[in-house]
Amino acid sequence: MCLAIPARLVELLPGEQAIVNLGGIRKTVSVALIDAPQVDDYVIVHVGHAIGKIDPEEAARTLALFGELAQAQADADALSTAAKDTP
Amino acid sequence: MKYIDEFRDGDIARKIADRLAQEARPERAYSFMEFCGGHTHAISRYGIADLLPANVRMVHGPGCPVCVLPIGRIDMAIALALEHGAIVCTYGDTLRVPASGGLSLIKAKARGGDIRMVYSAADALEIARQNPAREVVFFAIGFETTTPPTALAVRDAHRAGLANFSVLCCHVLTPAAITHILESPEVRQYGTVPLDGFVGPAHVSIVIGFAPYVQFAIDYQKPVVIAGFEPLDVMQAILMLVRQINEGRAEVENEFSRAVTREGNRNAQALVAEIFERRETFEWRGLGEVASSALKIRPAYAPFDAERRFNLAYRPVADNKACECGAILRGVKKPTDCKIFGTVCTPENPVGSCMVSSEGACAAHYSYGRFRDIPVVVEAA
Amino acid sequence: MKPVKKDYIRPLDFKHGRIDMGHGAGGRSSAQLIEEVFLAAFDNDCLRQGNDGAVFAPPPLPPGARLVMATDGHVVSPLFFPGGDVGCLSVHGTVNDVAMSGATPLYLTASFILEEGFALADLKRIVDSMAQAAREAGVPVITGDTKVVERGKGDGVFISTTGLGVVAPGVDIAGSNARLGDVILLSGTIGEHGVAVLSQRESLEFETTIESDTAALHTLVAAMLQAAPGGVRVLRDPTRGGLATTLNEIARQSRAGMLLDEAAIPVLPQVDAACELLGLDPLYIANEGKLIAVCAPEAAEAVLAAMRDHPLGQAAARIGVVTEDAHHFVQMTTRFGGRRVVDWLSGEQLPRIC
Repeated sequence: MCLAIPARLVELLPGEQAIVNLGGIRKTVSVALIDAPQVDDYVIVHVGHAIGKIDPEEAARTLALFGELAQAQADADALSTAAKDTP
Repeated sequence: MKYIDEFRDGDIARKIADRLAQEARPERAYSFMEFCGGHTHAISRYGIADLLPANVRMVHGPGCPVCVLPIGRIDMAIALALEHGAIVCTYGDTLRVPASGGLSLIKAKARGGDIRMVYSAADALEIARQNPAREVVFFAIGFETTTPPTALAVRDAHRAGLANFSVLCCHVLTPAAITHILESPEVRQYGTVPLDGFVGPAHVSIVIGFAPYVQFAIDYQKPVVIAGFEPLDVMQAILMLVRQINEGRAEVENEFSRAVTREGNRNAQALVAEIFERRETFEWRGLGEVASSALKIRPAYAPFDAERRFNLAYRPVADNKACECGAILRGVKKPTDCKIFGTVCTPENPVGSCMVSSEGACAAHYSYGRFRDIPVVVEAA
Repeated sequence: MKPVKKDYIRPLDFKHGRIDMGHGAGGRSSAQLIEEVFLAAFDNDCLRQGNDGAVFAPPPLPPGARLVMATDGHVVSPLFFPGGDVGCLSVHGTVNDVAMSGATPLYLTASFILEEGFALADLKRIVDSMAQAAREAGVPVITGDTKVVERGKGDGVFISTTGLGVVAPGVDIAGSNARLGDVILLSGTIGEHGVAVLSQRESLEFETTIESDTAALHTLVAAMLQAAPGGVRVLRDPTRGGLATTLNEIARQSRAGMLLDEAAIPVLPQVDAACELLGLDPLYIANEGKLIAVCAPEAAEAVLAAMRDHPLGQAAARIGVVTEDAHHFVQMTTRFGGRRVVDWLSGEQLPRIC
């Protein structure tokens, strides 16, 4: 039961609520379950509640990891091409 | 959409697929279970199976709370509407699940039951506030991701002194289900489960953290990689599992580090512990009775416990004999191994738990995968 | 003494007035409603005759021409939504049904079932919207009917429209015409109508600038047919059940399969976002101003160009091909590089939580 989506928090409201923006869609959700929500945080929304935040550094690190594979592949390809070219 | 689109990049997917093809050792087979229904859906929807090497197989686990909800529990919800005249608030997912007597929640609604679909537990609370003369019951299903919002609703109802709101609590616990799959005596009946590792749930782990899986990996010597929800996350997690197997490791790794920490969401955990306690045992559809795998409302919040409030008794209802869901949930059989798959049992007329929700193994295969062996012919010969 | 005005009737109170059972009884009250609301808005020769039926000379029917009739009931809730209302929707819907046979729409009928207590202000707004839609489409409403049901037995208003059109000789467009190798075209972005309506439903409130795409497509169809005579084999508008359901219908009727390219299917970013948030799939969401065309391969370029030239087809795209498939599956290559089946809609599309 995991449909949860990262959305940017754009406005804090009274009563532990906030407005989030996902691709232009704005929705009011509860932030009662997370610590110290702030505007511009990316929160993960599930059934109308923010249940956690996205850590931007970790996100970048994860993407870089995917990219490393791409880089490793490219390096490997380059090596094998170079090997072929070497007389 | 940030933190979504980047994790769906098809080019990177192909690169990870290439890596997998290189690292998966041809002389052995790899069998991984993705526990979470959301992962099952992602694998089907993005056609990830097409990108995996032939010797890496994904087995769909019982991580779909609608699929594992026993018929008897839906009967209780229907009774609340039809016999007790309560307004029953439910998530959309449960509306079509067939229950006893040819009924489902949506059919009970057609018969006059006041059954309303809500997007959140807070919506049910609002309905209770707006209808003080009526009993309002929230049909609470879901794993650990969905439990904190329910806890919040009970807490808020308690604080507001609401006298007409209660919860039919069917929340279930993930680690217990995984343990059950590997340990249950019924495994002897179906045969040993050929699983090499687990793709751990994404959003459940945001709440409970990855600590609960650590001992599990040690005790059962199976690697667990917590994976994010997007297709690149899933592919990366499968690669990490293959590596662990190749290197003889059995650890918990966290691919979803941008959202999951070791401890998880402490606030949410504390709130859940305040409102709920563990049931000794709970029936899971397709798995039978599982110890310490579900929650009920604590006595301190008894007025908000619909089972107590309406004096409801749980009556188990057996599944169709031809249904192979039990074996499928354990990864021992595939949907196509079931005699009634696609004929009697379809998404329109689901017989067993694996077909009721779009994330059940059978429903996912039926909707997204049953074409697989048919070649595509575009031009006339 | 001032002379008493003969037959003086107080005009309808559009500010505070409501429909009552008298308006459906057939007497003076009914006549007044018809005159001040419907006739005032639709006004044309046929309606001015004031007869129970509309008498008109048959349209020119050269040898090989055929007539088309189509009918639609409109029960959308809420009645007013971003980009439209049940009124213009009912005109567009039937004009489009007629146009999907490759026909030129000629006339419409409109039947109203009104609920006791329905605000006259809302009725006037809806009827005026219908009249405007009919005028802009060039398709008059030539006859109609009004009934009133008791409070609680109707959702404000239900509208039923029937349309009549003419198919020119040589035009053969039907759901069973798709052939192996044919090209599948889509006239624009999908999912807006459904998302616009959903955004107004109480239980799912969210703010969006998405508007319904409701529109009359007959002039687009005419341009397409002119660009490639005989080249368009199937036309259909993906309303309830969305693109996926409509393509499955055509596949089944034509006893063929289809292969789509997900990356080619245009979806507005906000519609994508709304679907993510709600657990919906844009492929299954209703559209009210889009069409699917299946064309002979050699005609596809010309038809696509004609679509892109038309205001309602600017985002038109080639989205797939017709294949040979005994199971009549609609398959799709995902943006991700895998393949999946795009199945029929199962029941009503409910927002997913799982």
